[in-house]
Amino acid sequence: MKRGTVLTHVVTFALSLVFLFPFAWLLMSAVKPNELLKQWPPVWVFTPTLEHLRELFKADSPFQFWQFMFNTLYVCAFSVCGNLLASSMVAYGFARVKWPGRDLFFYAMLGTMMVPSQIMMIPIFLVFRKLGWIDTFLPLTIPSLFGNAFFIFMLRQFFMTVPRDLLDAARVDGHGEVAIWWRVVMPLSVPALAVVGLFSFLGAWNDFVNPLIYLLDETRYTLSLGLAMFQGQYEAQYGRLMAASALMTCPIVVLFFFAQRQFIEGIKMTGIKG
Amino acid sequence: MTRSQKRDLKLGLFFTSPYTLGFLGFTILPLIASFCFSFTDYDIFNAPKWAGLDNFVKLGQDRLFWTSLWNTAFYTVFAVPLGMTVAFLLALLLNRRMAMRPVFRTIFFLPSIVPLVAASVLWVWVFNSQYGYLNWALQPLCNLVNLIPGVHTAPPNWLQSPNWSKPALVIMSVWGVGGTMVLYLAALQDVPQTLYEVADLDGASSWQKVRHVTLPMVSPILFFTLVMGLIGALQVFTQAYIMTKGGQPGVSTLFYCLYLFQNAFEYFRLGYASAMAWVLFAIIGTITAIVFKATGRFIYYEGGTGE
Repeated sequence: MKRGTVLTHVVTFALSLVFLFPFAWLLMSAVKPNELLKQWPPVWVFTPTLEHLRELFKADSPFQFWQFMFNTLYVCAFSVCGNLLASSMVAYGFARVKWPGRDLFFYAMLGTMMVPSQIMMIPIFLVFRKLGWIDTFLPLTIPSLFGNAFFIFMLRQFFMTVPRDLLDAARVDGHGEVAIWWRVVMPLSVPALAVVGLFSFLGAWNDFVNPLIYLLDETRYTLSLGLAMFQGQYEAQYGRLMAASALMTCPIVVLFFFAQRQFIEGIKMTGIKG
Repeated sequence: MTRSQKRDLKLGLFFTSPYTLGFLGFTILPLIASFCFSFTDYDIFNAPKWAGLDNFVKLGQDRLFWTSLWNTAFYTVFAVPLGMTVAFLLALLLNRRMAMRPVFRTIFFLPSIVPLVAASVLWVWVFNSQYGYLNWALQPLCNLVNLIPGVHTAPPNWLQSPNWSKPALVIMSVWGVGGTMVLYLAALQDVPQTLYEVADLDGASSWQKVRHVTLPMVSPILFFTLVMGLIGALQVFTQAYIMTKGGQPGVSTLFYCLYLFQNAFEYFRLGYASAMAWVLFAIIGTITAIVFKATGRFIYYEGGTGE
């Protein structure tokens, strides 16, 4: 028994080093002087430098961190608000109003989650092109106003757990359904809304395909597109690439430490979906 | 229909109206349009021309189509089972009594939240055959093997080698199994302790407990992650787009969705790309159905059959 726990600790510790090492390599390369980056075997001890970071913040840097960050945050903020509003509204219609055709529509919605997005990609692109939305943020933001099947499903499950009596009491007091959704159900659902908000933020932050399809001008790049293009042009500038990569990752890691519970909850809810 | 029923119908339609519009605009109509496009010759600048089954016939003769299918199958066949196995072993490990469990859980989970683009850029540097740390770590291993007379091995060139580029992407995918591990860990913690106690009374070994208690109890979540993992792996795109410059070296990492993307947005063969998208849908549908059929009897649903 004793030997078993020692072994467990040793194995776990060793594996955790393997998983951590890419992070260490990322941070280390981001502050490693250029002349040491291309030395074999790798140099592990050196005086850290901020030259790569400083390069990134120069006015003529091809990776405009603040500009890309601002663009990304704009898209993220829009899609978080859009998803919270629209998905919760729709979820209320599925969870707390009884109407003919509701369940059929609900299952149709779940069914569409199985269709690969590549099928819809081309016609949607053509429509946005007709609307003159190419090279604007609209294709990245507007769709969130129509709700997202996955978030609707999650919120519906949560809304169904709100006690009926509360809703009935509000109805007796003369509140309409919109007021009940907004003033009774929403405040009670903050935990679920936090998860939806977090995951729509992550979705927008990490999205690569849509910015790749729709954004052309460098001033409109998001972080993910900007970093990909930077890597495409400056393949050999590993110090700067690692610094940029770390800058894109850090906010997410910080967010994780503030919202661990929501991260884990979100992952588990994804699992329950099946 | 009574007045209150009418009122409820109106309310329901009102509340769901955003999604109704989205459902039509972003799902149903594009689905129909894409289906129609797949039977046409369409280059975006000229009106679509009816082409019958031409696109599908051409797909069958397109060597790159088969290559991309093969590459994707290779990636899926290795990445999915390997990822599930590693995630499950990590979950089993973390499910044991140990100090600092939350710290280890965080460490294993963190890689899965790194933005895929940032992770891809990082792993290009890790896999760098000249200066990356992976080959630095593998060198001693190769030296050891080279002690055998007549054997000479060197660490692979990873992303520069057509033989190792796909395995490299598989290795990278294993780094991100943290999310799956969290799911498994939650499932393991839901297994009633009494089942293990009973197994102990029956004199079951550790392996027997895993095989006959743990595995059946977590089989629904294993099944779920298998299906989702397969669907995700068949759509692999971003890593290859960034790390191997659209499928290099040669066409060794030209994955299905990468080739589809190139057809649609680089060669503007929209009809052809639509046909590819529908073939992908058919493949995903078939594989999902096969998995459902093949694993059905191995899955144990507590409190009833899996119907």
